[in-house]
Amino acid sequence: MVRVDGKSNGSLIQVRNLDKRYQRGSEEIHVLQGLNLDVEAGDFVAFMGPSGSGKTTLLNLLGGLDVPTSGSITVAGDEISALSAQKLTSWRARHVGFIFQMYNLIPVLTAFQNVELPLLLTKLSKAERKRHVETVMELVGLADRMQHFPRQLSGGQEQRVAIARAIVADPTFLLADEPTGDLDRRAADEIMELIDRLVNEHGKTVLMVTHDPRAADRAHAVLHLDKGVLIEAA
Amino acid sequence: MKYFALLWANLKRKKIRTTLTIGSFLIALMLYGVLAAVHAAFYQGVEVAGTDRLVVINRVSLIQPLPLSYRERLLQLDGVKAVTHASWFGGVYQDERNFFPQFAIETESYRQMFPEFAIPDDQWAAFAADRQGCVVGAATARRYGFKLGDRVPIKGTIFQGTWEFNVRAIYRGTRQGDDETQYWFHKKYLEENGPAFFRGLVGWYTVKVSNPDQATAVGKAIDDRFANSSYETKTEPEKAFAAAFVKQMGNIELLILTIGGVVFFTLLLVTANTMATSVRERTSELAVLKTVGFSDLFVLGMVLAESVVIALQGGLLGVLAAVAIAPGLSQAMPGMTFFVPTWDLVLGVGLTVLVGLVAGLVPAWSAMRLRVVDALRRV
Repeated sequence: MVRVDGKSNGSLIQVRNLDKRYQRGSEEIHVLQGLNLDVEAGDFVAFMGPSGSGKTTLLNLLGGLDVPTSGSITVAGDEISALSAQKLTSWRARHVGFIFQMYNLIPVLTAFQNVELPLLLTKLSKAERKRHVETVMELVGLADRMQHFPRQLSGGQEQRVAIARAIVADPTFLLADEPTGDLDRRAADEIMELIDRLVNEHGKTVLMVTHDPRAADRAHAVLHLDKGVLIEAA
Repeated sequence: MKYFALLWANLKRKKIRTTLTIGSFLIALMLYGVLAAVHAAFYQGVEVAGTDRLVVINRVSLIQPLPLSYRERLLQLDGVKAVTHASWFGGVYQDERNFFPQFAIETESYRQMFPEFAIPDDQWAAFAADRQGCVVGAATARRYGFKLGDRVPIKGTIFQGTWEFNVRAIYRGTRQGDDETQYWFHKKYLEENGPAFFRGLVGWYTVKVSNPDQATAVGKAIDDRFANSSYETKTEPEKAFAAAFVKQMGNIELLILTIGGVVFFTLLLVTANTMATSVRERTSELAVLKTVGFSDLFVLGMVLAESVVIALQGGLLGVLAAVAIAPGLSQAMPGMTFFVPTWDLVLGVGLTVLVGLVAGLVPAWSAMRLRVVDALRRV
C-alpha cells in the first residue's frame, strides 16, 4: 500500500519530510518540498508530472545517487540519507536496480557482459555469474542474444538487456526512469509487460517515472509530482 | 582478472586511436633503446673497466710514448701488483674502411692483466710461440672471417709497410659489454721490425694495484716517481681513463638525455590527450558504472590501468625492436658493439609505466570525481 501522508510504519521504503534545493547562480530552486512517501515490498509505483516537477530528482534521491537537503530516506531499515558517498555506492550495488530511458548499456560489451557488470561486484564465481546472467537473459527473452553487442539489438531488446542488468543481482527494488520513453508503442508495451511480470510473478518492487499514461496504468499506484509536492492520484 | 574483459573492451573501443598511441610508444621506446645501445657502445669500456687497474700515460698526451724501462720501476713501487704495457699500432686491413684497434702488447703479462678476455690455453701457447702471431677479438674475427692459422696482412699507418700476422688465438669477452674487436700482437715483433724512433718505448702502461682502495694513492706515487723526468706520467683509474677517452668525442650522455627527455615529454602529452579524450567520450558510461555500484576508486584505477596497458604494450614492443636493431648497428658501424643493456631495458619499461600513469592521472582523477547525477543529465 503506497501512502504519501507519512503516517505508515514499517514500509520497505520510507521517505520523511524530503527537501531538495539547488542553487543555480543566485537563484535557489526548491525541487522537492517536505515530501513523504511509503512504499511496501512488491508495490509498483508510477510517478507522473510535468517536466521539471522533480520526478527524476526524487528517483535519484531514492537510488542514492544524490543526497537530500533535508529529510530522510529509509530503505529496509537503512537510513541512506545518512550514509557516506562510499557506503552509498556499495549500498546501491546491493539494493537498487536502475533502468534508464536511453538504456545506457556499455557499447563495447556484449549483452552478456553488460548484464554481468553488477555481479562483478559480488563474490560469485565465474560459473555462478554465468548461471545468474543466463537465468535473467532467459527471463527477459533474450537467451539467444547474449553474445550480441548493443548496436546489434533493437531499442526494445536493448531495454530488455538493461532490465536484465537491473535485476541480475536481485536488488531490493527497481528504479525506472521513463523506461519506455525512447520506444515505439509495441516495444513499449512489451517492456511494460516485462516489468508487470517482474512485479506480479517475481514480487519485485518497482518505482517508475513516466510521461506515458498507458505505462502508468499498469502501476498499483500513480503519484503526481507538481512543484515539488507529491499528490496521490484518484 | 574478472575486470579484464571490461579493460580490454575499453582498449578496443577506438582501435585506430589505441594503435596509434601504442605506435607512438613503440617508436619512442625504440629510439630510447637505440640511444641506450649507442650510449653503451661508447661507454662499454667505462662500464667494464677494472677498479683495481690504473692506466699510466705520458703527461703530455696519450699519443706521446713512455720508456719501456719504466716497467721494472713501476713494479718496485708499493701497492703495485702487476704491470703490463701496450702500444697503439693504427693499421688498416686491406683499406681504410676496415679499421679495428691493434695493440702491440707485452706477451707475458697482458693476459693476466685482463682475465675478462677468455683465450683457450692451447691457442695462447701457439700465440706465445709465434713471433708473428696475433690474437683477434671474436667480433673482428667474425666480421672479416679470420680463422686460426690465417695469415693477415695489416697496412701500417704510423709504422710504415705491410705487416704480416698469423692468427693464433681468438679471444671472447666474458661479460656483456666486453670489447671483442681488438687485435693484439707481440711488442717484440714491433721492436725488431719497427722504426728506430719507437724502440724502447711503449704507448701506455696498465698497472694492477694490490688494494683497489689505495688506487688513488698508488696513482699519485707513480706520478711522483716520474716527476721532473723526460717522460712525466699521468696516472688515472682505468674507468676515468676510459670516460675521458669517450668525452673526446663530445658529451654523448647529455645528447642522449636531451633527446630522451624531449621524446618522453612529447609522449606524455600525446597519451594524456588520448586518455582525456577517451574519458570525455565515456562520461555517461562511467556514470552508469558508478550507478551500478562501482566505486570512485575503481573508476580511477580502471582509467589508470587503461593508460598503463596502452603504454606498456607500445613500450615492450619498442624495447624489443631496439634489441632487434642493435646487432644491425654493430654491423653497420664496425669497431663498435651495440647492445641494449639489461638495466636500460628495465629502466625503459619502468619509464613507460611511469609515463602511462602520469598521463592517465588527470583524466582518471576527473573520471573519479564525476558526479553521477550531472553525468546522467548530459546523456
